[in-house]
Amino acid sequence: MDFASLAVGDALPSLPLQPEYMDLVVYAGTSRDYFIIHHDRDAARAARLPDVIIQGSLKAGWLGRVVTGPLGEQGVLRELGVQYRGVDVPDRAVTARGVLRAREDGPGETVLSFDLWLENDEGARTVVGSAVVALPARTAGS
Amino acid sequence: MTEDQWITPEMRARIGEETPPYAFDIEKGDLLRFAESTGETNPIYVDEVAARASRYGGLIAAPTFLITMRILEARLLELDRPLPNSVDGGTVWTYHEPIRPGDRITARARLADLYEKDGRFGRMLFQVVEIRYENQFGQPVVTQRDTGIYYP
Repeated sequence: MDFASLAVGDALPSLPLQPEYMDLVVYAGTSRDYFIIHHDRDAARAARLPDVIIQGSLKAGWLGRVVTGPLGEQGVLRELGVQYRGVDVPDRAVTARGVLRAREDGPGETVLSFDLWLENDEGARTVVGSAVVALPARTAGS
Repeated sequence: MTEDQWITPEMRARIGEETPPYAFDIEKGDLLRFAESTGETNPIYVDEVAARASRYGGLIAAPTFLITMRILEARLLELDRPLPNSVDGGTVWTYHEPIRPGDRITARARLADLYEKDGRFGRMLFQVVEIRYENQFGQPVVTQRDTGIYYP
């Protein structure tokens, strides 16, 4: 995908995900977040949650991938922000999506701002976020 | 102005408080395992050979990697809250310089804000912590703003 030719309203390729319980356990280790509601089902229910809940920052990582995957080396990520609106649990499909919200073509670079969100299998947005990407201005002949 | 149910004058007085600097080393294996656990596909985060040919000249940390340090930092700002449960409200990362294996990163966390709102679990306390990270050259690398939500 050529980021330099994106227009406001264009969608990035969506990222469909099928999170499993073990993905949360692995991420608990790599993120060093051993908070019990992410890996102990009884403890999660005692905290009035439906099941162990997917780590917010793991979902943030998925939203980031919507941008960084297709971006490759075309530019650099300047900012990534997420707000967690709802819980997600293992064995329920989610999809990470992104749309170009704004584009600013400056003399030295083009700055792209994206709206990002994670959608559950009922269409609810459980994470909303944004990303800012800078693309270097194209030089003649490239 | 709504009456605060959870925020005591003592808690409010701590807004602006900053932790002593906390330094940690960036290890390549940690970067790779973290990026793999979020499913990153961009080679600059997961493929050293390809990353070496990139503009960065080598692997760099995935965008959310510093979340791995937040647990330590947040502990330094532990408030005496009467609320047993919590969820993560969100984070905004602003990137200044890439983080590379071998970097020594120094973090300073600051209690940026405390406020209350009614929500799904009743009256909830929101705690905003801003963490500034810099590398061994004194360059800011990332600014991270975390919102924690606490409820009865």
